[in-house]
Amino acid sequence: MSKDIKIRKGLNIHLKGEAAKTLSKAPRSRTFAIRPKDFHLITPKMVVKEGAKVLAGDVLFYSKNHEAIKFVAPVSGTLTRIERGAKRVITELLIEADIQDSYKDYGVLKPDTADAKTIKDLLLNAGCWPFVKQRPYDVIANPESTPSNIFISGLSTAPLAADLDFALSGKEAELQAAVSALSKLTEGSVHIGVAKKGNSPFRNLQHCQIHEVSGPHPAGNVGTQIAKIAPVNKGDVVWTLAAQDLVIIGELLLTGKFNAERIVALAGASVKSPKYYTTKIGAEVATFVYDSGLSDDHSRIISGDVLTGTQINPKGHLGYYANTVCAIHEGDDYEFFGWSKPVFKKISTTRALTFSWLTPNKAFDLDTNTNGEHRAFVVTGNYEEVFPLDIYPMQILKACMVKDLDQMEALGMYEVAPEDFSLTEFVCVSKQPHQKIIRDGLDLMYKEIG
Amino acid sequence: MGLKQKLHTLKEKYKGKKIAPAFNALHTFLFTPNDTTHGGTHIKAADDLKRTMNTVILALLPCLVFGIFNAGYQYHLATHEISAASSGFFSSEFWNWANFAVGAWKVIPLVLVSYGVGLAIEFVFAVIKKHEVEEGYLVTGMLVPLIVPVDIPLWMLAVAVAFGVIIGKEVFGGTGMNILNPALTIRAFLFFAYPTWMSGDKVWVHGAVERANELAAGMKVDAISGETILGSLAQNKALSYDTMDMFLGFIPGSVGETSTILILLGGLFLIFSKIGSWRIMVSAVLGALTMGFIFNNVVDAGWISEGSKFFGLMSLEFWKHLIIGGLAFGIVYMATDPVTASQTNKGKVIYGFLIGLISVLIRVFNPAYPEGVMLAILLMNVFAPTIDHYVVQGNINRRMKRLKVKNT
Repeated sequence: MSKDIKIRKGLNIHLKGEAAKTLSKAPRSRTFAIRPKDFHLITPKMVVKEGAKVLAGDVLFYSKNHEAIKFVAPVSGTLTRIERGAKRVITELLIEADIQDSYKDYGVLKPDTADAKTIKDLLLNAGCWPFVKQRPYDVIANPESTPSNIFISGLSTAPLAADLDFALSGKEAELQAAVSALSKLTEGSVHIGVAKKGNSPFRNLQHCQIHEVSGPHPAGNVGTQIAKIAPVNKGDVVWTLAAQDLVIIGELLLTGKFNAERIVALAGASVKSPKYYTTKIGAEVATFVYDSGLSDDHSRIISGDVLTGTQINPKGHLGYYANTVCAIHEGDDYEFFGWSKPVFKKISTTRALTFSWLTPNKAFDLDTNTNGEHRAFVVTGNYEEVFPLDIYPMQILKACMVKDLDQMEALGMYEVAPEDFSLTEFVCVSKQPHQKIIRDGLDLMYKEIG
Repeated sequence: MGLKQKLHTLKEKYKGKKIAPAFNALHTFLFTPNDTTHGGTHIKAADDLKRTMNTVILALLPCLVFGIFNAGYQYHLATHEISAASSGFFSSEFWNWANFAVGAWKVIPLVLVSYGVGLAIEFVFAVIKKHEVEEGYLVTGMLVPLIVPVDIPLWMLAVAVAFGVIIGKEVFGGTGMNILNPALTIRAFLFFAYPTWMSGDKVWVHGAVERANELAAGMKVDAISGETILGSLAQNKALSYDTMDMFLGFIPGSVGETSTILILLGGLFLIFSKIGSWRIMVSAVLGALTMGFIFNNVVDAGWISEGSKFFGLMSLEFWKHLIIGGLAFGIVYMATDPVTASQTNKGKVIYGFLIGLISVLIRVFNPAYPEGVMLAILLMNVFAPTIDHYVVQGNINRRMKRLKVKNT
């Protein structure tokens, strides 16, 4: 039984510089980096030492709290540097890549015949477990838990995000293998949301339930789909995976290799020719950013989409989970009477002398200016317009800010992830950091209750 | 070096100093700051609090302009220097320089005192508490001169503004934290501290008080009646104004509250721009109509005699409540204040409806002070968190129920 999902509340943000549907191969990156910060709440315990040679798929470190969760090298090469920050926290592992990857062989596994434990062990040992996230708390899943359902969003509605139909086309075999394997790990089923229109590679997969999703962003966020299919209750655990990571899991099952290859959309108004690139997790973004060219030197490079991504140095590396890299103009300039004059070049959900409502399909060139200062919560009702979950957004944010655990739980904290609040953060008149407030709230709950 | 660069240099110089919030308030008035996003979303929508507040001020400006002309018009009408406006909204008896001169002379000082005192206090608090000057007072400062009688002494207004801003807002933590609408707190303070100035039949037309004093001193001049429609109805006098005049606003009253048509346009603008809550406005109008309708039926059923002191207002046709007194102004500009109103969409409907209902209720049953909308809004400000609590509790209960269904 599949349930189609249609949402009304939300907002499609059209930005200039959408990636054209052409695929290039990015030049091979010289170095690759893994940032433990990408793995929220994970404290790494190193397995290999600085200077060691590693194969693609060799374990680099494991989680201090869950020794079974291992993190592997995306390429073969030499671990040249372990960068440490304050309190000797590991901030970055740098691998100097070989010219050609050699892989550690984990052996082929037929997901249809294998049992749950074998599958789980393989995913854990071969470094695919970090792709499995759980709700509550939006962290890497606890391997000892059994999820009531597994959710995968097969479409992306975020601004400038990679089009999954394009990026995953032709990968049906890998996706099927991954989905079949995952279906053994849950007592419920694997739910996959696909775009109502379009030619999703997920459409004809077995061992899962396909849901047709329509509506504005955040329809493509897995959190929205969970809320409409089977919301998380207290005590429940659900797992979520990003669609592009299924390809890596599928390839591991089919070939026994951890192949960190990923198709990444390079997009944004600063990019000269936005398009798709084949690269690998942790690669230097410069390899493809400069291949495509930047039209503005004063740009911000973001690993991930513009609502949820992380700012990185132009010489930095692709994040572990990112399948989009954006470059947009920095907005560190003053605007004369910017608060009172009519606005035609920015997006707004109101009509307070802002005119983006006249051209809902126009692509805008938004920069990183905050368009105003941080304030206390004043305006009400505008979050609800872009927030499709059955949760009171302002009330739950306030509960997080005052650290009221009972209220956070009652208002639905188990159901949410920071990304669910990216749109409310975008429209926030008071410029409050919603995603950070929710992340801090989740961390607090994890510490106190989790 | 351009102005932009000079101000930027000054901003860097003052950073971390005590004066910084005060400087930044002026700086950000001229230039939207160069702040960029960090963590979280990398792009932001165009609206900020200044723009939101500015939109409300834009919606209030027609009321202010009309109020200025009306102050002069009522004065000249009372002194029999002109005859009543005869050709609709654009009557030349109303829109002329003589009216404007008298009105501006009375009203502009009110605006200046309101903003001067209020913003000065905001700046002082911002410097002491080391936060930025927040924009809430921009709207409050415009509302205050529009909801007071035209002849109110300026010192009285200054005292009230100081009380309203400090006790009504700053003690709670400033913009966004207050429980009561600051503009109405100011008005309520005036009403209870100086009742003779805020009620009765002398204060609503410029010159009426002065003339009464001259009469008392034995001078031979005509008295000026400064009575509002509500005041005379509360005394069971017959309605002496034409319905159209009441709708257009050619009547005595607080400075900016009289023109229902301009308030209506302002309300539509606020709803269209999505700054004002249509839920509150519509439900408040329905609430007022409901209560008015009930009272009309009480009169029709003969439960109340013509001699009753409630008869005048109870027998007023129910929809006319909306075009007299400050009800429309209160509904559009005061009840919709997002900080003090209910914050949930369902809550807003209940909150608005009760404001309308209670406003008319107070009007009818409190002839000493027939304007009910101020007290109704303040009362509902206090109850708004309670309404929200139960609305949110509904959501929580739904979640609990889901859990129970799953576990059985």
